[in-house]
Amino acid sequence: MSEPLLSVRGLEARYGAAQILFGLDLELNAGEVVALMGRNGAGKSTTMKSIMGLVDRRQGRITFRGRDISHARPHEIARAGLGYAPEDRRIFSDLTVMENLEVGRQPPRIGLDGAPMTPWTPDRLFALFPNLAEAGDRAAGRMSGGEQQMLTVARTLMGNPYAILLDEPSEGVAPIIVEQMADMILSLKKTGVAILLSEQNLPFAALVSDRVYVLEKGEIRYSGAMRALEQDEEARRLYLEV
Amino acid sequence: MSLLVVDRLCKSFGGVRAVDDVSFSLAPGELLAMIGPNGAGKTTCFNMINGQLAADSGRVLLHDADISRLPPREIWKRGVGRTFQIAATFASLTVVENVQMALISHAGRLYRMWSRAAAFEREKALALLAQVGMAEQADRPCGVLAYGDVKRVELAIALANEPKLLLMDEPTAGMAPKERNELMALTRKLVVERGIGVLFTEHSMDVVFGYADRLVVLARGKLIAQGDVDAIRNDPNVRAVYFGSGKTVERARA
Amino acid sequence: MSLSGILVQMLNGLASASTLFLLASGLSLIFGVTRIVNFAHGSLFMLGAYIAWSLTERMSGALGFWAAMGLSALAVGAIGAAIEMLLLRRIYRAPELFQLLATFALTLVVRDAVLGVWGSEDLLGPRAPGLSGSVEILGRRFPQYDLALIVIGPLVLALVWLLLRRTRWGALVRAATQDREMVGALGVNQSLLFTSVFALGAALAGLGGALQLPREPASAGLDLAAIGDAFVVVVVGGMGSLPGAFVAALLIAEIKALCIALGTWSLPWGGTISFPKFTLVAEFLVMAIVLVVRPWGLMGKPQAAVRTGAPPETPLAPADATTRIIGFATLGALAALPLIVGVGSYALVLSIDIFIGVLFAVSLHFVMGPGGMHSFGHAAYFGLGAYASGLLLKSAGLPMELALVMSILGGALGAFVFGWFCVRLSGVYFAMLTLAFGQIVWSVVFQWDEVTGGSNGVIGVWPAPWLAAKQTYYYLALACCVAGVLLLRRILFSPFGYALRATRDSVLRSDAIGIDVQRIQWIAFIVAGAVCGLAGGLFAFSKGSISPETISVGRSIDGLVMVLLGGVETLSGPIVGAAAFLFLQDSIARHIEYWRAMLGLLILVLVLAFPDGIVGAVRKRLGKGSQQT
Repeated sequence: MSEPLLSVRGLEARYGAAQILFGLDLELNAGEVVALMGRNGAGKSTTMKSIMGLVDRRQGRITFRGRDISHARPHEIARAGLGYAPEDRRIFSDLTVMENLEVGRQPPRIGLDGAPMTPWTPDRLFALFPNLAEAGDRAAGRMSGGEQQMLTVARTLMGNPYAILLDEPSEGVAPIIVEQMADMILSLKKTGVAILLSEQNLPFAALVSDRVYVLEKGEIRYSGAMRALEQDEEARRLYLEV
Repeated sequence: MSLLVVDRLCKSFGGVRAVDDVSFSLAPGELLAMIGPNGAGKTTCFNMINGQLAADSGRVLLHDADISRLPPREIWKRGVGRTFQIAATFASLTVVENVQMALISHAGRLYRMWSRAAAFEREKALALLAQVGMAEQADRPCGVLAYGDVKRVELAIALANEPKLLLMDEPTAGMAPKERNELMALTRKLVVERGIGVLFTEHSMDVVFGYADRLVVLARGKLIAQGDVDAIRNDPNVRAVYFGSGKTVERARA
Repeated sequence: MSLSGILVQMLNGLASASTLFLLASGLSLIFGVTRIVNFAHGSLFMLGAYIAWSLTERMSGALGFWAAMGLSALAVGAIGAAIEMLLLRRIYRAPELFQLLATFALTLVVRDAVLGVWGSEDLLGPRAPGLSGSVEILGRRFPQYDLALIVIGPLVLALVWLLLRRTRWGALVRAATQDREMVGALGVNQSLLFTSVFALGAALAGLGGALQLPREPASAGLDLAAIGDAFVVVVVGGMGSLPGAFVAALLIAEIKALCIALGTWSLPWGGTISFPKFTLVAEFLVMAIVLVVRPWGLMGKPQAAVRTGAPPETPLAPADATTRIIGFATLGALAALPLIVGVGSYALVLSIDIFIGVLFAVSLHFVMGPGGMHSFGHAAYFGLGAYASGLLLKSAGLPMELALVMSILGGALGAFVFGWFCVRLSGVYFAMLTLAFGQIVWSVVFQWDEVTGGSNGVIGVWPAPWLAAKQTYYYLALACCVAGVLLLRRILFSPFGYALRATRDSVLRSDAIGIDVQRIQWIAFIVAGAVCGLAGGLFAFSKGSISPETISVGRSIDGLVMVLLGGVETLSGPIVGAAAFLFLQDSIARHIEYWRAMLGLLILVLVLAFPDGIVGAVRKRLGKGSQQT
């Protein structure tokens, strides 16, 4: 198999005096959905922010499509084709839905297979997120929480990413929205976008992910196929305290 | 007698009816969950009961007394404790000082400028912290705690004035399943021991089904259903707007 | 005055509103995106005027004139870009107050640079070729150039508005206003965006300054005058709102014009009332009224919390053994000082200044640090204390000792009245309202000749004979200083002090546990005002006089510099900061011609090197940060 799309080796991160990540290794291959699970404070969000260059004090080697992005700045990483949808949504509430999408827009890319990628357009996104279509000219802050969550993902897709870091999309949203999110991730996967999904909700993660890493106190404690974790009651009890 | 009565509460923001004619009541010793999709008006409803927002119309009665025009601090003085969706504590005070602050306020000593605050009812504050399992961390700055611990400190603060009613907005948001269960078990215990009533919002179904005595469901600002766990679980209306098929819902654990 | 006269004055006001808007719109734009309140914006305006002066000297004709205007704007834009890249870029994550301090330091540097390049004489600009005449309006002559300005203001508003609403750049700017980090994570080069915004804002200020040149000579005092006006306009209109800035510029300019138009009236019961005298007070009064009625300005919105990621302050700990030993040793040394240096020594004079400075800084720190209320007009309470003492001594014939005690009351009373309004606001708006009250006190003192002596001030304010000797007054000042510091310290460790810090940490939580946030903050404000008033009283008697100059906005800024220099987070910070600041100012000012620029550069170095202040830096070096893990 060819080299992974995203590879992280020995990632360490600190906030102030506190070290959050201790030598993390993980990889994400083209077209796969990988769950990054663990309890609150385990370091899931910090992992994603570190990969995106949003944590100042980080060490380790991160490569994306073979290119070293360990010291790149966030916008350079985004322009390399790695998208990020943060856990607290962070939509631009004063801007309209269309303007939010515009901010995320990047030029079309060449696909991983060498052929030009079909670029994401608002129309193409509205097919995937029907709720957003009606809201086009509304201020994003006026939308419901679930719609905002969808907009976060749609906005990231406008950058035509090869892979997306999706941070806890199910946190604090109604079960019915989580279900829509699962459907959305599965349809995204079909388009060839790879997704690293941080989650605490195991049934949701199990529904969409191929592989899983379990994070505890800033270290990877378990990695393997999602199916295997689902069947491994011992591991689940040990690492997820479920 | 009802502890809390919410009577035909309404609130609009810029023409949108965020809370639309909502009524329900809560008895002492009862855990009442308020659920609904994001943006259904749960937090708005909470903020009106708590006094942070003025209702457009309708009343909130605590022990039959109308509290709907009072500011939050007056409502607190009448025995209503509150925890927030994003935990709010005093980050530059230590854990025990956070609880002492509430005790100082409860004792009406906020304006004393000469005595030493650090000595005020420290034992009582430590006892409250012990109840929520935070006594060992009493002298750490609140700003450096793990999020789940901050939530527990918040609960200890809310208990400082021996409240009759606790309002908890997503008490377990951002917590791991095990922590959630611990916190709710603790809350359950307090409800039983002290006979206080609890109104809480929640998205974690295992918490709701595991701990609530009764549920009210909000959707688009309207109250669409209320009843016990089984009634709500099987309500087709609630399924359609909130639960969905249930395939992503974490199952309640014993 | 006739109706036509008033109308022409109003037209004149419209013309003034245009340059005012250009100035304020840039400030608003820069604040919106970078969240930096650019104190140096007035300096950019001033640079625009000076550069335009130099260019119009060389370029003639109508084409040359307007080209010079455009080039001045471009030049100031380029200077703005350089400032952003060299300085601001390094401090975006620093606490808000440090950013202010840094941009304030810039004003000092620019001021001296302007004096160095263009000299200290006012430079009269040319008239605009082709527009140098006037037109007749209602039988009165009105300058053509002013008519042109009336058109330019709305034109620029329309252009900038289109730029923000109809272009991708505009969408990015507005998005960055809300969440700049997220914009970066979506692939937008933030640095480039910020530089471009700062350059545009600077260019607008430069254009405003250049366009003002035919109406007003370029002078080195333009910067502070302009920044005061710009703050008022931006705050009245609502931070970040361009249409708001436009409406506010119109409102302020028209009210000033009206004051001038009304002229002096004789009152039926004798005496006269001179409206032109109210121009200075008027704009700040408008601002105070608007902020009380609409706390976020006419067209503004509540400011969302900024994502700075700054860690919370560490809890206050009682002084440890080392601190106590240092404290007692310092006190012992100070008590012995007159015996060591001799009675007539300059060291005593400087020390008295330092004691007064410490008292001033500590009272400011009380509201700023533990209270979280960033006061930009602390000089008001200093001034009220000083004038209360001086006037009661001279006009009411009170004995000096009593007059000094009354300074405490003067400061407290001022804080009582102004504080009631201020605590209703927070953040930048609080800072601006305190600034406004500071300016009101200053303008009243400056313009109320009959009572305050106007610009001459009050003279002959000497201490009682038994206190007249320098070393006796030295001990009085030392005693007051120590008492004030210990009192505020004691309060900080009391229930009230805890409640004050609680209101700073979380208004939401404070309110939810029965703390009346506004009342706690109000009382703290009054306590600080009282201590600050005492500093003012001591100052008046130490100098023998008091004048408007000594209570101007400059003193408020000095206070901020002292506190930030020492460090906001510690109680000893303001003490060390005040001493260091006054010592430096004294030694630099006496030996160097361009001392302002030196001071500015020094502040910049300090801000870049010690973002925690002196005491904070020493603590960190010693590993005493109370961050337990």
